[in-house]
Amino acid sequence: MQTTFPQLLLQHASSRPTAAAMREKEYGIWQSLSWADMATMVQHLAAGLHQAGLCRGEHMVVVGANRPRLYATMLAVQALGAIPIPLYQDAAALECIFPINNADVRFAFAEDQEQVDKLLEIREQCPQLAHLFFDDPRGMRNYDEPGLASVDELLASGKAFSVMHPDFLSTEAAKAKPDDVAAMFFTSGTTGNPKGVVHTHNSLLNRAKAGADFDKLTGADEVLAYLPPAWIGQNIFSYAQWLVSGYVVNCPESAATVTIDLKEIGPTYYFAPPRVFEGLLTSVMIRMEDAGTLKRGMFHYFMDVAKRVGPALMDGKDVGLMDRMLYSLGNGLVYGPLRNNLGFSRVRVAYTAGEAIGPDLFTFYRSIGINLKQLYGSTETAVFVCLQPDHEARADTVGVPCVGVEIKVADNGEILVKSPGLLKEYFKNPEATAEVLSADGWYHTSDAGFIDAHGHLKIIDRVKDVGRIKGGANDGAMFAPKYVENKLKFFSHIKEVVAYGDGREKVCVMINIDFDAVGNWAERRNLPYAGYTDLAQKSEVYQLIKECVEKVNADLSADTMLAGSQVSRFLVLHKELDADDGELTRTNKVRRGFIAEKYDVLIDALYGGKTSQFIETVVKFEDGRTGRVSATLRLDDARTFTPVKASDQLRTGLARAA
Amino acid sequence: MATKKIGDVILAVHNISLSFGGVKALTDISFDVREHEIRSIIGPNGAGKSSMLNCINGVYTPQQGSITFRGKEFKHMDSHQVATMGIGRTFQNLALFKGMSVLDNIMSGRNLKIKSNLLMQALRIGPAQREEFQHREAVERIIDFLEIQAYRKTPVGQLPYGLQKRVDLGRALAMEPQVLLLDEPMAGMNVEEKQDMCRFVLDVNDEFGTTVVLIEHDMGVVMDISDRVVVLDYGKKIGDGTPDEVRNNEEVISAYLGTSH
Repeated sequence: MQTTFPQLLLQHASSRPTAAAMREKEYGIWQSLSWADMATMVQHLAAGLHQAGLCRGEHMVVVGANRPRLYATMLAVQALGAIPIPLYQDAAALECIFPINNADVRFAFAEDQEQVDKLLEIREQCPQLAHLFFDDPRGMRNYDEPGLASVDELLASGKAFSVMHPDFLSTEAAKAKPDDVAAMFFTSGTTGNPKGVVHTHNSLLNRAKAGADFDKLTGADEVLAYLPPAWIGQNIFSYAQWLVSGYVVNCPESAATVTIDLKEIGPTYYFAPPRVFEGLLTSVMIRMEDAGTLKRGMFHYFMDVAKRVGPALMDGKDVGLMDRMLYSLGNGLVYGPLRNNLGFSRVRVAYTAGEAIGPDLFTFYRSIGINLKQLYGSTETAVFVCLQPDHEARADTVGVPCVGVEIKVADNGEILVKSPGLLKEYFKNPEATAEVLSADGWYHTSDAGFIDAHGHLKIIDRVKDVGRIKGGANDGAMFAPKYVENKLKFFSHIKEVVAYGDGREKVCVMINIDFDAVGNWAERRNLPYAGYTDLAQKSEVYQLIKECVEKVNADLSADTMLAGSQVSRFLVLHKELDADDGELTRTNKVRRGFIAEKYDVLIDALYGGKTSQFIETVVKFEDGRTGRVSATLRLDDARTFTPVKASDQLRTGLARAA
Repeated sequence: MATKKIGDVILAVHNISLSFGGVKALTDISFDVREHEIRSIIGPNGAGKSSMLNCINGVYTPQQGSITFRGKEFKHMDSHQVATMGIGRTFQNLALFKGMSVLDNIMSGRNLKIKSNLLMQALRIGPAQREEFQHREAVERIIDFLEIQAYRKTPVGQLPYGLQKRVDLGRALAMEPQVLLLDEPMAGMNVEEKQDMCRFVLDVNDEFGTTVVLIEHDMGVVMDISDRVVVLDYGKKIGDGTPDEVRNNEEVISAYLGTSH
């Protein structure tokens, strides 16, 4: 798509000036802004910024929540040939210093007092930051810092300038070329400084168009803009695709009203990370358990029907007449009202991405008639690399490569991508660019995965974590710890898992039970227990966990690549893995290496074939005191399955079909 | 930052004495409140702070003394008249309509401003409806100001205490008062809720120019946000002045910390 962001705006403004472009809920009412209004606002902002001295090629920071004025500012900056850098509104002041100095930023748009205070706080470290424009004047009347002005003043000065230069926007916008830099997004590196990912008009718009074509998005679609604008996904869904498709972007009243606004708007195109879907499901389940017997009975009965019939219907498969009738009855009584309650009544396409989604969670939404799918991509690829087609959504893949994308799997299992949406470079960082972007144009994702028999991409782990089994029956088989851990964690009874197997002859895991879920399970079975440690070592609990492990093994055995990652032995830990004890990172990821050192006796016992092992560990309490926990842990074997060969799989599949 | 402009005396109490039978709640109290300032009344429990507010807004009639509001002297205040003159208040023990939504509670604060009669409102006759829209808009601005958009339709009784206090403030603001009497707006709140409430009080004072008379127990809060402070103890005034003056007043220190005799 050979065009630019401001060009697209001008096209919409001339072809459908009165159609709604954005809505913002303010003072309890959804206020619409037409494409013509939008173009006028952008013209005034661009003229204002031009007069304030924003030059072609320089960078401007925008920081704030989703508001029409924030997006209009980005358009105005791009129209002037400058480059917007959206920053996360919840980033700490210190985190903003690097991007601002890295790109030598002189201009900033800040949503409100909170963001202004943050930028003023770092002004000493960023002396070149001369111009600060704030949108919301609340609390700002007594500020008299130099260079601080309201967006209203900026608009007024732009308006005055526009009287003399009515075609300012179109003349300036015409100067931009599709291959010019359009935006820069900073990605938080786990180590070192963040890196600025540079994208051109073409890389962003090309991908936006590919995604829009894939799901047939039109001007009639509705989107709720509620994720941070600094995240490239939000930028694609509420900005690039907004301009490409011309749909309406709705800005919620405040962060606290998102669920209410979602119901009022009823978006047709929706994105959320798995944890949002999980949160919604939990709230539904809790409210259902509090409902009357009749309602609860009806809900559970029809949810069973949905589980059986829904996904098949969604995938366009044949379903018997009786099931079809039951499902449509359920749709009237349960699924429809439920979708409405969640704000998903009109959802035509919903996506999730970012982390692995549990199959039960995924199936739940699809079974009640929500077209939830997965996609694969990152900041560096302008999101769209792989997408799941409407009738082929599955919990464990991320879809087929979309238009224009080439994928190949390197020898070490790393996924390499070639796409028109690839980053131009990392800003002022040629070493980092060279690391991920090879001379022949392949982008190294650092994700390990493979293309399955149906042509879907399957992500298994980070490349650096993938190992090999050494010795034993599965010598040389691929071992993907996170893949195994995630599969186990999808069971509600399992909270945390650490898997070992790299360079060993078999896979062993240490498991944390979910105290609430297993405690509840035990109570319903009249199984008495004294506390976490006691509950974790109950033989009934071991049986429960063993079933989970074996289910995962059965699943893995059907997987040609990962059949060797089946879990041979497991144990249930006597204490919860905790960030305070250094066992988890602050973002709750297991620190495999640290745990292996700390619990080396348990690892030795697992691989040494023992059936029990005494362990004593020091624990740190929240107030800094330490204590000791000791227990004799059971170690158990799990059944493994002979790998199902692809041909066998096909045969059983055919037999089932017959 | 620019300093705000404090005007002339808008409200003054002169030699107020109030007793309930043999109990002297207030003895010979005089102080004044200037326009646009935040004036705090502090004192230990039972010092007579709430009684003082109740005299100002006409709940109690003092046996002696008078009150001047905008140059007019009153022997006793009538609560309805007080409200129409532009003095609003919030309550220490919330007096909200628990079963009604946040919106309706704040709307009830517009009561005095509504011109159309009950019948017109009930029948939704043109002018009445137009008027309702205007009031709704004013209420929406308050909801936006207090950042309670997410609870617009929630019955007040279901909200946590800190938010109920905010709704109470919203209802007082709905009548667009010139003087706002706040009776312990931060009592029973956690630190974060207190910070929020402080910001709202300061913003009300700053953005609308509303004069604030504040009763508060939290010394940190009082010293931080007040322009001037009156200190009461056993119904008597023992201190009056800027936060710094009051902080160094011997009598005030002994009232709060006790003295060795």
